[in-house]
Amino acid sequence: MNGPLVIAGGHLVDPAAGIDAPRDVLVEDGVVRAVAPPGTLDRKGTRVDAGGCLVLPGLIDTHAHLREPGLEHKGTIEGACRDAAAGGITTLLAMPNTDPVCDSAAVCAYVKARAAEAGFCRVFPVGALTRGMKGESLPDMGELAAAGCAAVADAWVPVEGSQLMRRALEYALGAGLPVITVPEDLGLAGGGVMHEGPMATRLGLSGIPSESEEISVYRAVALAELTGCRVHLAPITTRGSVRIVRNARERGVPVTAGTGLHYLVLTDARVAGYDTLCKVYPPLRPAEDVAVLREAVADGTVSVLTSCHAPHAAYEKAVEFDVAPFGMAGLSTALSLTLRLVEEKVLNLSDAVARWSVGPRAVFPAVASLGTLAEGSPADLTVVAASETWEVPAHDPAAPDAGPYAGSPLGGERLKGVVRLTLLGGSPVHEGPGSVAARAAGAGGKR
Amino acid sequence: MNAAQAVAATGKDLLALADLPAELITTLLDTAEGLLEVGERTVKKVPALRGKTVANVFYEPSTRTRTSFELAAKRLSADVLNVSVPASSVVKGETLLDTARTIEAMNVDTVVIRHAASGAPQLLARALSSHIINAGDGAHEHPTQGLLDLFTIRRAKGRIAGLVVVIVGDIAHSRVARSGLIGLTKLGAHVRLVGPPTMIPVGVAELGEPPGTCEVVADLDAALDGADVVMPLRLQLERQGAPLFSSRREYAVRWGVDRRRMALAAPDAIVMHPGPINRGVEIAADVADGERSTILTQVTHGVAVRMGVLFHYSGGGAA
Repeated sequence: MNGPLVIAGGHLVDPAAGIDAPRDVLVEDGVVRAVAPPGTLDRKGTRVDAGGCLVLPGLIDTHAHLREPGLEHKGTIEGACRDAAAGGITTLLAMPNTDPVCDSAAVCAYVKARAAEAGFCRVFPVGALTRGMKGESLPDMGELAAAGCAAVADAWVPVEGSQLMRRALEYALGAGLPVITVPEDLGLAGGGVMHEGPMATRLGLSGIPSESEEISVYRAVALAELTGCRVHLAPITTRGSVRIVRNARERGVPVTAGTGLHYLVLTDARVAGYDTLCKVYPPLRPAEDVAVLREAVADGTVSVLTSCHAPHAAYEKAVEFDVAPFGMAGLSTALSLTLRLVEEKVLNLSDAVARWSVGPRAVFPAVASLGTLAEGSPADLTVVAASETWEVPAHDPAAPDAGPYAGSPLGGERLKGVVRLTLLGGSPVHEGPGSVAARAAGAGGKR
Repeated sequence: MNAAQAVAATGKDLLALADLPAELITTLLDTAEGLLEVGERTVKKVPALRGKTVANVFYEPSTRTRTSFELAAKRLSADVLNVSVPASSVVKGETLLDTARTIEAMNVDTVVIRHAASGAPQLLARALSSHIINAGDGAHEHPTQGLLDLFTIRRAKGRIAGLVVVIVGDIAHSRVARSGLIGLTKLGAHVRLVGPPTMIPVGVAELGEPPGTCEVVADLDAALDGADVVMPLRLQLERQGAPLFSSRREYAVRWGVDRRRMALAAPDAIVMHPGPINRGVEIAADVADGERSTILTQVTHGVAVRMGVLFHYSGGGAA
C-alpha cells in the first residue's frame, strides 16, 4: 500500500458531508483519514499540490454500457474504466445489455472480474429486469443481488407488457434491488430515429414523439405507486417527463430520475447533416425541453446525472442515419459538461457534484458508502483544474481512418475541466497532463 | 455549420434544394432551358461530358428517374454505369460507403444516388471526392424532381413568383413534396399543403423559405381556391396498413383530384404529378389525361433538367 498522501491547497466540494471550502485531505491505507482547513494537517505524507484545483469525491456514473462480455468491438471494460478514471469517475454501474445479457451470477462475476483486472474503477453490474432482456419472464433476482448487482434494468429493451412490469417491480422489491427503467413506449416510438419535430420533418427522418417517453414514465410512476418498488427513471429527456416525475415525487411516490449530460447541452438541431454520432436513445430534444430539463436538474427533480456512455465501433456509425445504432460515448466529457452547466449558472457547483454523489447514493444502496470524502470513507477522489481546457478528439465516422471507436459528437470543441489526478481507494488511477500526483506514490493503472 | 453542411456549400454536389440559394436554382433552370432542344434534334447528343463517367447507383427500384438520368448523361456524351443494388443485398452485404468507394475507385466522376435512407447522399458527399447527385433519399429530398417541376411550371406560367401551388397527399413520406415546397417558396411561390392529418408531419410549414410562404390547409376544396398549380402526390398503397388512411376508396373521395375539384382552381390551372400515377386514386383518369395535365411534359423536361444538373456539377460548369 502507498504511504500517506496529503492533497493540499485544493477546494473541496463534498455535498454529502456539506463541505464546499478550501480543505486539505489526508489519505492513508486507502481511506480518507482527515479533512482539515488548509495547512492544519500535521501528519507527514507525500504532498500533492492541488492549488487552484477542485477536489471532488470520485463521480458515481449510474448508466454506462461497458459492452463486455460479447460486444468488445464496441468497447471494453478496461477501456471504459480507463476513460472513466481520466474523466474523474470512480464508480460505474454497468448496463446489462451485453452478450450474453447480464441476467445471471456468472455474467456478474465476469464483469466484476474484468473490472478488477483493469483496476481503474469500481464496477457494479446491473442485472436484466427480464430474463435475457426478452420481456417474457423474470431472472433470478435473488441470485443477482447476491452476486453484487446494484440494480436491475430494462436498459434499451422496454418491457412492453404492463403485467410483467408490475411483477418485475414486485419481485425486485423482494430481492432488495432498485429498478432502473429507460422509459419508452415501443409502439408509439414506431421505429423512429430522432425526436419528432420540425427538424425530423426537414431531414425526412422518422420521429419519436416525446409522448412515447412520457407514457412510459407515467406507467412507471403508476406501477411504483402500486407496488411500492423504488423505480429510477433514467434517462428522462422531455418537459412532460419532468412534469410527471415532479408531481409523483411531491406525492411521495418512490420514483427518482436521472438524465445524461448530452440531453442538457445538445438539441435535435445537432442531427442536421445526419451526424450519426448524435443518434441516441432517447433522442436529442429541442431547446424547450433542454431548458426545462436543466431546471429539473437544478431543483433536484432530476437527482442523478450520468454519462449514458454507449459506445460503438466507428464503422458501425459510418452508415446511413436510419441504420446506425443508437448511442454515443460520454465518459470522457461528462465532468467537463457538468462544469459547463455550473459555468452557465444552471446550478451551483455543490449541487452539480451532488448529482454525481448524493443523488446516486440515495437511489442505489450498493454505492451508499461512496461519493463522499468524509473521514473513514474510501479515498475515491478526483483533482480537477476546472478552468483549464482540453480539446475533445475530433471524429468523423465517414472518414476512411475512423476508428476503432466512434467518439463524441463534441469532437473538436474545447471543454473546461482537466482532470489532474484520480485516486481509487487511495491509489492513483489517472494522472493528467501537468500532473499534481506524487511520483513517489507509485502511480499506475493496475491495482 | 457542421461537416455535412459545409460539404453541401462547396458546390461539389447536389444534395438538396434546401442547400441552394434561389439564384443557383434559377441558373440550373436556365441551363436546362438551353439543353431542352437537344432532345428534339435528329442527333440527340452534345459532347459536353465526353470522357466523363456517370454512375447511377440505385438502392431503390426506379424506372423513370434512372432512365431519365441515363438518357441525360448519354445525351451529354458521358459514359454511363448503371448499378442497381437489390434491397436484399443491403442487409448482409457491404456498407454503402464501401460500395461507393469501390465505384469511385474505378475513377467515376459523378455518382447519382437513389437510396431509401434519408441522408445517404450526404454520407457519400462527405466521404467521396466524386460529385454526388441526389436522385431521391428516403423522405428527405428529390432535388432534380423539384427542379423539373419548377422548370415545367415556369414554362407553363412564365413565372414562379406569386403563384399558388397546392400539394396534395402523403407529405410526411414524400421527398417530392419537400423539394417542391422548398424550391417553390425560394422562388417566390405560395404553397398550400393538404392531406389526411396522418400524412402531415410536424412543423412542415416551417420548411417554406422565407417564413409564411407555406401553409397547411385542412380541406382540399378550400385549398384549391384560386390555385395555379395542383400537384397530387402518388399514394403509396402499401401504407394502407400503417395505418395512415382507411381505404383507397375513401382516399379517392376525400383527397383525389378530379374534374369537379379542378374547377375550383384558377381557370388556367395546371395539374402535375411526379408519377407513376394511381389512376382513380389520387388523380382521376380524365384529369391525368386532360389538357391541363403536364404529366408527360414533366418527363420530357426531366431529361433536360438532369442534363443541366450533370453539366453544372460535373462538366466544369460548377462554380
